Amino acid sequence: MRDAGADNMNDRIAAACDELRRQIDARVSSYFSSCVHCGLCAEACHFHVETDDPRYTPIYKLEPMRKLWRQEHTLLGRLGAVLGRSSGLSERDFADWEELVYDSCNLCGRCSMVCPLGIDITYMLRKQREAFNLSGYVPDGMQKALERTLDTGSPMGVTLKTLKATLAHIEKATGLTIPIDREGAEYMTLFSSMEVVNFPEYIESIARIFDAAALSWTISSEAFEATNAGIQVGSRDGAKEIVSRAVDAAEKLGVKYLISPECGHAYTAIRWEGPNLIGRRYKFEVVHILELLDQLHREGRLKFSGSSDTPMTLHDPCQIVRRGGVVEPPRNLLHKVASGFVESTDHAAMNWCCGGGGGVSANERAEALRLKVFGRKKKQFEELGVDTVVTACANCRIVLEEGLEHYEMETQVIGLTELVAEYLEQ
Amino acid sequence: MIGDFIDGPLWYFSAAVFLLGVIWRLIAILRIGVTVDLSVARSSGAGGALRTLFSRSLPRRPVLTRGKLQFVAGYMFHLGLFALLFLAQPHVEFISRRITGFGWTTLPHWGFMLVSEAAFAGLLLLLLYRLMHPVTRLISRAGDYAASLLVFLVMLSGCLALARAYEPLRLLHLLLAELLLIYFPFSTLMHAFTFAVSRGYTGAGMARKGVNA
Repeated sequence: MRDAGADNMNDRIAAACDELRRQIDARVSSYFSSCVHCGLCAEACHFHVETDDPRYTPIYKLEPMRKLWRQEHTLLGRLGAVLGRSSGLSERDFADWEELVYDSCNLCGRCSMVCPLGIDITYMLRKQREAFNLSGYVPDGMQKALERTLDTGSPMGVTLKTLKATLAHIEKATGLTIPIDREGAEYMTLFSSMEVVNFPEYIESIARIFDAAALSWTISSEAFEATNAGIQVGSRDGAKEIVSRAVDAAEKLGVKYLISPECGHAYTAIRWEGPNLIGRRYKFEVVHILELLDQLHREGRLKFSGSSDTPMTLHDPCQIVRRGGVVEPPRNLLHKVASGFVESTDHAAMNWCCGGGGGVSANERAEALRLKVFGRKKKQFEELGVDTVVTACANCRIVLEEGLEHYEMETQVIGLTELVAEYLEQ
Repeated sequence: MIGDFIDGPLWYFSAAVFLLGVIWRLIAILRIGVTVDLSVARSSGAGGALRTLFSRSLPRRPVLTRGKLQFVAGYMFHLGLFALLFLAQPHVEFISRRITGFGWTTLPHWGFMLVSEAAFAGLLLLLLYRLMHPVTRLISRAGDYAASLLVFLVMLSGCLALARAYEPLRLLHLLLAELLLIYFPFSTLMHAFTFAVSRGYTGAGMARKGVNA
């Protein structure tokens, strides 16, 4: 009698292998053809640099995909398979690599910036996660975050009622009315659950800034969540569903622009991956909150009064800066509102990740490793000698705060949008 | 008899395998294609592809310190090998006689010695690094060692042949070079061509997002 569980597992591994085959495009094939296994990518990865564990070499995390590529896209690989010198991918490959694919990779893209052969390792790691998702080898914490988003609309279970309660507090504190479902508004804004629960001051700040700039904006009651656990897990269907909710809501309200909040992977999801997930371009433009603030300032609609002379540095969120291209707007804004702003040694497109990106912060079993590799950020801040770090991603912010607390550092973390709101000309 | 075979049919065969193999590999990669990116680009990918094609020949400062040995040895080997291949007098004469019909200025003897020593030292350093560093030891495959060994033997036999002016050594060098040509399209040596494709794809993809890769 056949074991139904084993059959089910075999089906999942077969589906995962099919997905890997589907994911191997000309880019991937050129990357694997070019790799000379020099190991330089390891020197750019905080997981390797902080642990010296060679398994954390970025290109090594792609071993399952490389194995399949070699067997099916190279003459020697095909010959080896025919002669029985190499076997196909097995459940063992997925089981053994799950930790490397999810726990020790933030999809931060730093490795992709240093490869002498120009290999975008992160592009392939993101694709490989699609196969791991189908294999069932996905960390529980990340899988549950995705399920909660699909069920409730938020990875943290934040509902419209929770948001409305938060908005009511903000309206009371500011005396402003926060528009919901205003048809014909020019801008619709999204939030991350982390902002609603942990950093409502972000929402208060944009309410004040948009009021000062006389911006026509709204929130949709049908889609306010920007984070996309589907992207992190590697679930194409999940990611598509989450993106579709925001796109449908924005198009229903007829807005011209959709504002991505201070959240890194939310920006990647809605700005860069979204159109490809839903298979068409949007009827509106996506703008990151920092791009919008910079633009409003340049247009003279946002004026500042005074600035902070506190020595501070910027932690560049990987998905907004290195993988998202919003490099100058945060700097333009900081130069206006923070006279004490100094750049870190490795900054902008070469900044070190906080360690929580790519779903790692939602992956409880990766916590010890995440805190260990935070040592890289610790050194970066200590070298600079600043007591304040400004960032523009709610996830980075909470991960930075946890890391600083773990290492008993007094460094304060603030959000850039809040800093901008603090120096608004009244 | 064997000399005639190495000098004649085997040379033409290996050159054909190399040429057709490289073309086949490049076509095999490109014909898979990529999905059209529907996101609205910040800037054209073409400029980024071209920029990255050249910029990745220079090391990024943040990894320069940790990867100093690899960068120095990498430059020594690649530049030395390029100079040997296209500027050493016997090679220019061979290429002129068999392929182009014309020659060009060659390296003086001291220049040849300099670049060959640089290439040898670079290759040996890279090989030692591959064998000794935990990262490269873990990720290297048999093909990486086979390619390094074959290139080393070709270079060694070439230098011996030049130093001794001994016909069997010249034939041995040519035989090894022919084996290298046959192995080339099916090995990691293909990076000599595919690097342009991979750098181009990455440069274009990142430029669309507004990032200088």
